[in-house]
Amino acid sequence: MFELLGIPPQAFFGQLLLGLINGAFYALLSLGLAVIFGLLNVINFTHGAQYMMGAFGAWMLLNWVGIPFWVSLVVVPLLVGAFGVVLERVFLKHLYHLDHLYGLLLTFGLALILEGLFRQQFGSSGQPFSNPIPGGTNLGFMFLPHYRAFIVVFSLVVCLATWYMIERTKLGSYLRAATERPDLVQAFGINVPRMITLTYGFGVALAALAGVLAAPAYQVSPLMGSNLIIIVFAVVVIGGMGSIMGSILTGFGLGIVEGLTKVFYPEASSIVIFVIMVIVLMIKPAGLFGKQK
Amino acid sequence: MNASAPASTPPVTAAPHVESGNRGLLLFLGFVALMALAPFVGGYPVFLMKVLCFALFACAFNLLIGYVGLLSFGHAMFFGMSAYVSAHTVKVLGWNPEFGILAGAAVAAVLGLIVGLIAIRRQGIYFAMVTLALSQMVFFFCLQAPFTGGEDGIQSVPRRALFGVIDTKNDLTMFYVVLAIFVICFAIIYRTIHSPFGQVLKAIRENEPRAISLGYQVDRYKLLAFVLSATLAGVAGSTKALVFQLASLTDVTWQMSGEVVLMTLVGGMGTVFGPVVGAAVIIGMQNYLSGLGEWVLVVQGLIFVVVVLLFRRGIVGEIAARFKRGG
Repeated sequence: MFELLGIPPQAFFGQLLLGLINGAFYALLSLGLAVIFGLLNVINFTHGAQYMMGAFGAWMLLNWVGIPFWVSLVVVPLLVGAFGVVLERVFLKHLYHLDHLYGLLLTFGLALILEGLFRQQFGSSGQPFSNPIPGGTNLGFMFLPHYRAFIVVFSLVVCLATWYMIERTKLGSYLRAATERPDLVQAFGINVPRMITLTYGFGVALAALAGVLAAPAYQVSPLMGSNLIIIVFAVVVIGGMGSIMGSILTGFGLGIVEGLTKVFYPEASSIVIFVIMVIVLMIKPAGLFGKQK
Repeated sequence: MNASAPASTPPVTAAPHVESGNRGLLLFLGFVALMALAPFVGGYPVFLMKVLCFALFACAFNLLIGYVGLLSFGHAMFFGMSAYVSAHTVKVLGWNPEFGILAGAAVAAVLGLIVGLIAIRRQGIYFAMVTLALSQMVFFFCLQAPFTGGEDGIQSVPRRALFGVIDTKNDLTMFYVVLAIFVICFAIIYRTIHSPFGQVLKAIRENEPRAISLGYQVDRYKLLAFVLSATLAGVAGSTKALVFQLASLTDVTWQMSGEVVLMTLVGGMGTVFGPVVGAAVIIGMQNYLSGLGEWVLVVQGLIFVVVVLLFRRGIVGEIAARFKRGG
């Protein structure tokens, strides 16, 4: 096979795939953040912890109860989503009339509690999680592990389904209307508070779904959420939270950029997304898909 | 509720206007006298120095959140970066502590200028997210840069003589040096808050469009406040590195940024003394709970939740509100 700028194609496409996988998680998480922020005006700092809970949920079900990964992929997001509903009912709903920053501070506190509890229980080191689809295919120019391909395809399907639900269905139109004018939508007889609760639960479930998907790909560790959430915040700033498709595109795009940076200039790979954030803030402060208020 | 009408929500600092004029000054002098005597009535100088360093850090942070309404979620970058700079200059280059602290403060000021220029382009929660992301960038820089010592940090920084004369190896002497630094920086903050400049900052916090319409160049005021806050956070970090003879990655993490938010929130955002009280409470708690491992994180999270839900004014803010109602 040919070489790309002196990089062997196996390494190049391997990193590209890793970038796509990271991008899949960025997209799922920033999508959830954007949906929640649209309706609740809360930046959900607990998002990382809920992602971590998804991974641990799958791990606990597998190792303690023997429930296989594929069942967890459905059950765990529902469980963590229900937990999110409880959080919204007990804590978040008291803050909607206040400055948005209080929502950030409250969810930050919740994230500390959750991360502390899991660290107390499991320590800071990662727990291994067996691969549900072992093996892979040699495509000639690269080796494609089946599970990694599954992550990319599955998360793309989930993202597009979410986009379809919000932008093309009746339920989604209610949601978009409530994002713009909650008071008016309520006047039409739609139960907005319940919608807010369920939206939060849905966003949290998306985070948990990403966590379950991540469990076999990375190690399951109490720190996995807080490490990721800061990058996802940068992704959200870059994309702007105005558009669902924008979140998806930005997530995948930045994952790919990060993967390519690992190939060409590995030292910068941990900060490349932050650098892009700085450039975007300089040129288009509202974000690539955002509207300046 | 609506994103397009943020002006209708009450500002983040609902705290009333506290300590005006002489009363505030008297309170402050009382506090300094109390601190100066503390080592003689059983206070450990090392613990007191830690409280003072973090109190200064929290006061610097409070200048932004309390008086400009900007929540920086990345103030650890100034604190930690200056700690590295002062530790490096004192240990490797053999500078005197006063120059080490000045170097740390200068680096923090420059970093604050760069970060400020980028971050003030967004408001509210975006500002918080941008500062958090930038501080994570600084964290990765410190992790990889050759002079920071990676995971080990810069250890056993010597306590050289201050101005070449004052021996700071003695903890008690060092304590008075730290107290002096704290008093100077606190005076700068106090003066800033009560100056015309501070009044403009408060105007921006309360109603930014109005401040713009009155002809103030809001971004310049915000930037200047940001740089000042970063510089003072840098002084706190530099001092801390010299006191504990250590600069490490802990000082640059997002957890550290969260801690200073917590201290200020507990003490009372937008109150002059709140951050000092908050720092004392949180550092005291950490000392007390140090054997409990990860539970400290859980307790801190619980405090966040409880304060946000029930005591948004913080300790000092609540006391001041009681006084106002009573008298």
